[in-house]
Amino acid sequence: MAAHLKKRVYEEFTKVVQQQHEDLSTKKLRLTKPSKSAALHVDLCKATSPADALQYLLQFARKPVEVESVEGVVRILLEHYYKENDASVRLKIASLLGLLSKTAGFSPDCIMDDAINTLQNEKSHQVLAQLLDTLLVIGTKLPDNPSVRMRLVEVACKHLTDSSHGVRNKCLQLIGCLGPVEKGVAKEAESQAARDVQKIIGDHFNDQDPRVRTAAIKAMLQLHERGLKLQQAIYSQACKLLADDYEQVRSAAVQLIWVLSQLYPESIVPIPSSNEEIRLVDDAFGKICHMVSDGSWVVRVQAAKLLGSMQQVSSHFLEQTLDKKLMSDLRRKRTAHERAKELYSSGEFSSGRKWGDDAPKEEIDTGAVNLIESGACGAFVHGLEDEMYEVRIAAVEALCMLAQSSPSFAEKCLDFLVDMFNDEIEEVRLQSIHTMRKISNNITLREDQLDTVLAVLEDSSRDIREALHELLCCTNVSTKEGIHLALVELLKNLTKYPTDRESIWKCLKFLGSRHPTLVLPLVPELLSTHPFFDTPEPDMDDPAYIAVLVLIFNAAKSCPTMPALFSDHTFRHYAYLRDSLSHLVPPLRLPGRKLVSSAVSPSITPHEDPSQQFLHQSLERVYNFQHLDPRGIQELLEFTIRDLQRLGELQSELAGMADFTATYLQCQLLLIKALQEKLWNVAAPLYLKQNALASAAAKQILEETYKMEFMYSGVESRQVVIIHHMRLQAKALQLIVTARTTRGVEPLFGMCEKFLQEVDSFQRCFISELPQMQGSFVDKLLDLMPRLVTSKPSEVVKILQTTLRQSTFLHLPLPEQLHRATANIIEPTGESDNPLRFTSGLVVALDVDATLEHVQDPQGTVKVQVLYPDGQAQLIHPKPADFRNPGPGRHRLITQVYLSHTAWTEPCQIEVRLLLAYNSNRSKASTRAPKSSWSESLEALPPPENGIEGTIPFSKPVKVYIMPKPARR
Amino acid sequence: MPEIKVTPLGAGQDVGRSCILVSIAGKNVMLDCGMHMGYNDDRRFPDFSYITQNGRLTDFLDCVIISHFHLDHCGALPYFSEMVGYDGPIYMTHPTKAICPILLEDYRKITVDKKGETNFFTSQMIKDCMKKVVAVHLHQTVQVDEELEIKAYYAGHVLGAAMFQIKVGCESVVYTGDYNMTPDRHLGAAWLDKCRPDLLITESTYATTIRDSKRCRERDFLKKVHETVERGGKVLIPVFALGRAQELCILLETFWERMNLKAPIYFSTGLTEKANHYYKLFITWTNQKIRKTFVQRNMFEFKHIKAFDRAFADNPGPMVVFATPGMLHAGQSLQIFRKWAGNEKNMVIMPGYCVQGTVGHKILSGQRKLEMEGRQILEVKMQVEYMSFSAHADAKGIMQLIRQAEPRNVLLVHGEAKKMEFLKQKIEQEFHVSCFMPANGETTTILTNPCIPVDISLGLLKRETAIGAAPDAKRPRLMHGTLLMKDNSFRLVSPEQALKELGLAEHQLRFTCRVHIQDPRKEHETVLRVYNHLKGVLKDYSVQHLPDGSITVESILIQATAHSEDQGTKVLLVSWTYQDEELGSYLTSLLKKGLPQSAP
Repeated sequence: MAAHLKKRVYEEFTKVVQQQHEDLSTKKLRLTKPSKSAALHVDLCKATSPADALQYLLQFARKPVEVESVEGVVRILLEHYYKENDASVRLKIASLLGLLSKTAGFSPDCIMDDAINTLQNEKSHQVLAQLLDTLLVIGTKLPDNPSVRMRLVEVACKHLTDSSHGVRNKCLQLIGCLGPVEKGVAKEAESQAARDVQKIIGDHFNDQDPRVRTAAIKAMLQLHERGLKLQQAIYSQACKLLADDYEQVRSAAVQLIWVLSQLYPESIVPIPSSNEEIRLVDDAFGKICHMVSDGSWVVRVQAAKLLGSMQQVSSHFLEQTLDKKLMSDLRRKRTAHERAKELYSSGEFSSGRKWGDDAPKEEIDTGAVNLIESGACGAFVHGLEDEMYEVRIAAVEALCMLAQSSPSFAEKCLDFLVDMFNDEIEEVRLQSIHTMRKISNNITLREDQLDTVLAVLEDSSRDIREALHELLCCTNVSTKEGIHLALVELLKNLTKYPTDRESIWKCLKFLGSRHPTLVLPLVPELLSTHPFFDTPEPDMDDPAYIAVLVLIFNAAKSCPTMPALFSDHTFRHYAYLRDSLSHLVPPLRLPGRKLVSSAVSPSITPHEDPSQQFLHQSLERVYNFQHLDPRGIQELLEFTIRDLQRLGELQSELAGMADFTATYLQCQLLLIKALQEKLWNVAAPLYLKQNALASAAAKQILEETYKMEFMYSGVESRQVVIIHHMRLQAKALQLIVTARTTRGVEPLFGMCEKFLQEVDSFQRCFISELPQMQGSFVDKLLDLMPRLVTSKPSEVVKILQTTLRQSTFLHLPLPEQLHRATANIIEPTGESDNPLRFTSGLVVALDVDATLEHVQDPQGTVKVQVLYPDGQAQLIHPKPADFRNPGPGRHRLITQVYLSHTAWTEPCQIEVRLLLAYNSNRSKASTRAPKSSWSESLEALPPPENGIEGTIPFSKPVKVYIMPKPARR
Repeated sequence: MPEIKVTPLGAGQDVGRSCILVSIAGKNVMLDCGMHMGYNDDRRFPDFSYITQNGRLTDFLDCVIISHFHLDHCGALPYFSEMVGYDGPIYMTHPTKAICPILLEDYRKITVDKKGETNFFTSQMIKDCMKKVVAVHLHQTVQVDEELEIKAYYAGHVLGAAMFQIKVGCESVVYTGDYNMTPDRHLGAAWLDKCRPDLLITESTYATTIRDSKRCRERDFLKKVHETVERGGKVLIPVFALGRAQELCILLETFWERMNLKAPIYFSTGLTEKANHYYKLFITWTNQKIRKTFVQRNMFEFKHIKAFDRAFADNPGPMVVFATPGMLHAGQSLQIFRKWAGNEKNMVIMPGYCVQGTVGHKILSGQRKLEMEGRQILEVKMQVEYMSFSAHADAKGIMQLIRQAEPRNVLLVHGEAKKMEFLKQKIEQEFHVSCFMPANGETTTILTNPCIPVDISLGLLKRETAIGAAPDAKRPRLMHGTLLMKDNSFRLVSPEQALKELGLAEHQLRFTCRVHIQDPRKEHETVLRVYNHLKGVLKDYSVQHLPDGSITVESILIQATAHSEDQGTKVLLVSWTYQDEELGSYLTSLLKKGLPQSAP
């Protein structure tokens, strides 16, 4: 920023600042900052015309202002404000005032009086509105100062009578944001403004300008959000606003009604035009349902969305939303007699499905048939049929939420949801499939419904098919024909789209284990066994056959009679599949066969699972190794690591846990190896090789600790502290190695100080965990801290070395759930022999499709890396929209990577892999620094970077054959 | 009292031959100009002699508006403009203008070439007629003349169908034509803003129907077709060439694609291709889905649907045929029907409304034996299904539209009398507006209460709002000004300006009044007492005691003189101008009450 300022200005004004600082007894060098206020003052004085001044202000606004100089700048601006005749300049100044008061660390109460004063003489409505906006900013910056807020609210009330809508708008906004929320405060301050803010805002519900009406409703909602309990009296006012001419007003009014219905669900309100009464939430529900057929789609979306969260509504109201034909005034409590009448009167209308059923009949009581005021009737039928897909999606979401809370409603809405599977817009179809999955606990699909559902399996969109597989995983089917149908359709799907293989197998796994009794009668047919004849043995590699077997084996798990129906080769295939697809085929107890997995007897609860026991036992063994000689320790560690790695491969549930501990042990092993006595006893220059080993070990430990910290989901702070501790040890090791290899002390100073800082920050971050780290490296280090700070680097190194050797091995507690982030690139497959040809200098798009598991916040962390044969690496950040979330803990990345290179003589392979980016700043232990509001609107300040950023590769690299051709001229 | 007069020449308590005359504020507008399906004689066209016996129609009508291209809304247009004679503007939307001549030509061919009628309009007449058409865009306000303006709204029903708002000054009428409130596979839903017309003329074809959700209907339809085709049967779907036909085509096309079916689908008439071309062009008039996806693939480019040849009807095996016309009263659909009717495996699906007297209506009413021409008896063994696909609003839709538009009166046309009766009752009960349902030739008169806009000069407005309390939205305000009626416009101006404009000299009107007060004191003392009294009472006004012995309250002058006969009585002369009438009369009444006894 200094570049823009005149040198002269520097000299004139910055010196003063510097001298003031010299008075302070700090020895640190302070960078001189050019005073903002001075520069601005000069600029503004130079301005000859309003346009000039405006330009200066605009330029000024592009740069942030330091906290210290804010007040000065404000004074200058105000001074200029009073002199300025041009409204646009005043407007800009007013907006700058607001912007400046937002500066972090600046307390704007000193400029409040001035800001209020400027309001008095202002004539321009726009400037007034802007000034009020500034006051709003000031008010929000001073949250715990009721008297200031009171004063501001008073000012706002005074300007509520302004003739410009903009000013009234801002006043209402201000009252909404700053109005007193607690009743007590309002009584104490007996000023005029302390009158009920709700009433003041409520008076503006009938303002002549729709924008002001909207602002009034929004202010009311704001008050609600800030914790003020709105009065029930507003309800009737809000209901009137639903019939407003303007859509923003209606949209806001719908929200207000919703809020009130949540506040007073059980109050009783009268029904106009009758002397009966109903619960407020029911009435509000009816009214919002009504808005689902509003003229404006914005309002319709709003209404449909809100319906979903009104769960206290009575069930008979809820069910009417799916029924369009019941037209009677259903708002009253229905007696049996009335219901009979309704049935009669609803028959008065023709349904349009049969010809001639609308022939006029004798009417008994047409008065009971009420076409419009019927409230809730058919709201969802309308919503789901809406023209705009946004409304349809909102309606499906609302259906989902309501169905989750009401099983009977779930049963009823099933037909409608199934119908939505045939919507013309894919997003709607997808949404309704997801919805169905969410409510699948409450429902059982009928055969015809299943038919419609399965028809969607032929959809050409992969997302839809996979969502449907997910749905089938957790659906209840009522008949064996249903199962058969599902299987047939899934196999059809498999032949049509072979890439769906995994997903279909998984789907069949759950289908089988959910419906063992329904699968049982189908087994002979499915395996095509014959009572007399031997049938040919099916091809074991046929995905369709595997699919059938997966279904049967999973059903057989809880159906002991089923294996009797198997033929010989089925058993053989079982053994093969159990080994090759262990995640899909469960362990079975088969008669007369010894099976590896038969060790798992059903009586053992998962807690006492032997593999878990094994894990814990081996860990305990390791933690008690203190008594062993160093060699024994190393061997034990090596064996345990090997065991754990194998365990992780066998038991997918324990993989995360096993890998995590194995990595930790690996780190420890490396540390022990690096610290071996004999390495250090020799003079350093002679044993460069050993030093290389030690420094490599330190480096690897560092890497592994980052992996441990960022690649596993479910890591708790208990683990984080141990990981950080390990990292600290690695850093100490690094320091020692460097001290031994470098000559002279100069570079060591910096390193030592840095290390000590790290120890310090470690202590600050994990102060609560320290007591549990008795006897550890850091514990000892902290005891020696006073000595370390004062001693020379060489001494520090010595101390470190001994502490490092003497420190005990920390026990790593295991969290409940630990999962390792994994990624699997499905596409490109890396099998193609045909190179991807493109003209050099242009780009080619490579489709990348990958599944990610247990990745937190993949949008921010997952990157794609492309390695070219010349060593050039390219890092690509996928768009947030490229990530889909098919299930909890799982993500799917479908993106395009653009490749380009100069011409090659022959095709060559590039590597594509996924990386997990981390930033040690964002580690789970430290909280994020709040963003400064100033930098949001202006140029972004460079973020305070002292964390280490890095990436961890977490997928197997895939090779892609490409061939950039030279461009033809 | 101004009034709006409505006379249906067709479609009054009837379906077909839509033609409605509206006179609003001295303007005459004809809404639609259709023919009737059920008749082949003079009754098929509206009776234009009602408008005028001998003069040119152009002199009596300001404009003609056609809502959409269905023949019962535009079929009589060439006859009306070329044979009866009308040269004024005809308004319709762009798609209507494009498709309308194709249908008219087709209609002409059938009547003249097939039936051999003479004295019918010619191709040239259709062309000439279309030259008089002015095309309008959605929501475009078209100024027909200086006062009459029209505006089109989206109506759904078929491609290019529109509702029209006709507005003269503050009076307005909305004519819906045919409309549909539920969106379908290729069209959106009708939409009106809160235009609060004096009169809403709405169709009421489905006045007593509330239809199932369209998804149920679609599913049922597809299921029926699918089952029949799987059985090896043939499906006949009689349709009108344009409108529902495209909807059903899209439906079947997507279904065929999804289910990978192989049975052929045929579309019977040649004019479809031409019309489909227009469907592809007017993408902006279709629904959200087609508008969003047409870049990848235009939905109207059918893959599975082929043109029909007469010989195909005898082919063995399953097939689906769309054939015109929709009510089975003539043409190809009837021919195919006669061929297939004998086989119980086959099916005919009637997707819409059938007018009484047509074969379609007969079989839907359950008749199994039909008498064809030549005394032939046809036994119908095939299945007959009805599936309401016609894109008309149902009862709930009609009510919804009324709710959206908030009209002051409703008038029902295009429906059966009995059903209208029912809906009329509902509307009156629900919205508390009067509802009319005139028969053909019957005139309905609606009284309106139009508001009259008056321009006010800004200076006056500002001056008047500055006086007194701040503006309050909830209270009416009294203002002073002069109403000037000049050149057909009203203006509210300040008196000075009015005088200036009219070239008149200002006359002052003063009221004087004498008030007798019993006061024995001297004149100037009396004046002082009056002054003190007034000062005490009228705190908000400026009361001044002038040196010449008179008192002014604002501009009101009070002078006191002793009575010439009785010195004990003082005469107060109160004089005020006309503008201060209010204050002046208050003052006199105050003084008449006398002065307070205990003067300070």
